[in-house]
Amino acid sequence: MITYEWLYIMAGLFFLAWSLLSIVDRSNTKRWGNATFWGLLAASFLFGSHLTDFCNGLLVLAMVGIAGIGGLGRSNPGTTSLEERFNFSQLLGNKLFIPALIVPITAVAGTLLYNYTPFGETGLFEERRETLILFGVGVLFALAAAMIWLKPPPLAAAEEGRRLLDSIGWAAILPQMLAALGAVFALAGVGDIIGGIAGSVIPEGSVLLTVIIFALGMALFTMIMGNAFAAFPVMAAAIGIPLLVEGYGGNPAVIGAVGMLAGFCGTLMTPMAANFNIVPAALLELKDQNGVIRQQIGTAIPLWVCNVAIIYVAGFLLWN
Amino acid sequence: MSEYWPLAGILIVVLGFALRFNPLLVVVVAAIATGLLGGLDFVAVIEALGKAFNDNRYISVTWIILPVIGLLERYGLQQRARALIESMHGATMGKLLVVYLGFRQITAAIGMKDIGGHPQAVRPLVAPMAEAAAEKSHGELPENERQKVLAMSAATDNVGLFFGEDIFFAIASILLIQGVFESAGYPLTPLQLSVWAIPTAICAFFIHGGRILAFDRRLGQLPASEKAEASQ
Repeated sequence: MITYEWLYIMAGLFFLAWSLLSIVDRSNTKRWGNATFWGLLAASFLFGSHLTDFCNGLLVLAMVGIAGIGGLGRSNPGTTSLEERFNFSQLLGNKLFIPALIVPITAVAGTLLYNYTPFGETGLFEERRETLILFGVGVLFALAAAMIWLKPPPLAAAEEGRRLLDSIGWAAILPQMLAALGAVFALAGVGDIIGGIAGSVIPEGSVLLTVIIFALGMALFTMIMGNAFAAFPVMAAAIGIPLLVEGYGGNPAVIGAVGMLAGFCGTLMTPMAANFNIVPAALLELKDQNGVIRQQIGTAIPLWVCNVAIIYVAGFLLWN
Repeated sequence: MSEYWPLAGILIVVLGFALRFNPLLVVVVAAIATGLLGGLDFVAVIEALGKAFNDNRYISVTWIILPVIGLLERYGLQQRARALIESMHGATMGKLLVVYLGFRQITAAIGMKDIGGHPQAVRPLVAPMAEAAAEKSHGELPENERQKVLAMSAATDNVGLFFGEDIFFAIASILLIQGVFESAGYPLTPLQLSVWAIPTAICAFFIHGGRILAFDRRLGQLPASEKAEASQ
C-alpha cells in the first residue's frame, strides 16, 4: 500500500537534490545557508518519522535559526533568456500547457476513479490519502513527459525547481510552521480560552449567531495571524467542531470548507498577509502601502456575509 | 486573569509582524512562549513543536511541483499564457479584469495557482494592460485614480486566487481542514470539502466582478475638469 511516507521520501529526495545543488552554486554568497536549510528540511522529510519529537523540534529550531539570521540567499541558476523563452513559446504553442495540466488531471481523474470504480478496491493507496499521493504521481508523469518532449539538459528540471524554490525562500515552510503553531496553541489551551470567550458571547441555542461568531472569529483571527492556516485549527477546536458540528449537528464538510473561506475574507483585509497585500503595493509603486487592501475591503465584507449565509443554509437548514 | 496568559503568543505574533521580524522566527517564539505560559516545560514545548511540524509535512509536499513549472517556464510557459490573454480584442478595463478574475479562479481551481501572481503576472502584464485599457476608454486619468486601477489589478489577482484555489482538492488549506477534522474524529475526503468552495467562488466572482465594472463606469463619469487637470 502506498502511504504518505512514500511521498515524504520523494519530497525529501527533491529537497536533498536542491541542498546538494546549493553547495556547488558559487553564484550565491550564502550557499551554505541555503544548503543547510534545504538539507535540514530534506532530513525532516526522509527521517522525521523515525526521529524523536525532540529531535524534530531541534530540526525546526535550526531551520528557523538559519532563516532568522538572514542565512538564506537568492540563487540564480542558469536558465533561458526572455528572448529564447518568447521564441520557444511561439515554436511550441499551446501544447506547453499540456505538461502543466498532467498534474491536476492525474490528481482529479485519479481520485474520481479511485473513489467511484473498482480501482479503489485494490487498496493501492492509504485510505483518504489518494489525492495527494496521486498529485505526486502526476508530478512524476509531468516531469517524464516534459523531459521526453523538450529534451532539456539533465539537471535543468532540478535547477529550474531550485530557482523557483529560492525565490520563495524560507516562506516555503511558513504554512507548515503556522500549522505547527496552531497545534501548540491548541495544546496550550488557546482554543479553549478563545472558545471560552466566544462561548460566553454566544447565546445558548442560537445556531445563526453561533455561525456568525465562528465566521467572525475566523476572519478576525486570520487578520491577526495574517494567514487562515493558523486561525483554522483554533476556531475549529473552539467553536466549529464542539458547538456547530457536535452541539447543533451541522454538516462538517460545509463548516470546515466555508469556515476556511470566511478566514480568506480576513486575509484580504490585513497587512499581516504581506505577500498578498503589501508586496504588490511595493511592486506596483503605489503611494499608499495599504492601497491594495483598500480595493479589497469592498469585496471581502459582502463575501464574508455570503459565507455566513452558505454555512447557515447548506450546513444546517438543508442538512437536517 | 492568569488563565489568559497563553494568549500572549497572539500578542507576540502581532508585534513581531508589525516590527517586521522574520515571520518564521516570530512564529517559533510565539509557539515557545505560548507553550511555556500554558504550563509546559521547555523540553515538552520543543517536543510539541517538533511533533506538530512533523505531522504537518504533507502541507509542504506540494513544492515537488516546482521542477515541472520551472522546466515549462524555461520553455516559455508564461509567454504563452500572456499571448493567450493578449489575443483578446476590444477589451475595456472592466472586461479585462473580469476575464482575468475568471481565468485566475478557473486555473487555480484546477491546481495551476502559480500561473498568476504579483511578480510574475500582475506587475508586468495585468496592471499595465488594465491601465492602458482604462485610458483608452476614459482618457488620461488623475493620478489617484490611476493608482486605484493598479491596486484593483492586484486585488483581482488575490480574489481570483483565494476563491478559486480551494476548489482544487490537493491544496494545502483543504488538506489542513481534512487533518483538523480527522483528528477530531470526523474523517472527510478532500473532494467532500472542495466542492463546498464552489458557492463562495461564484459569489466572489459576481461581487468582485460587479465592483470592477462599477469602478470602470465611475471612471467614465469623472468630471471633465479632473481629467483636464490630469492631462496638464
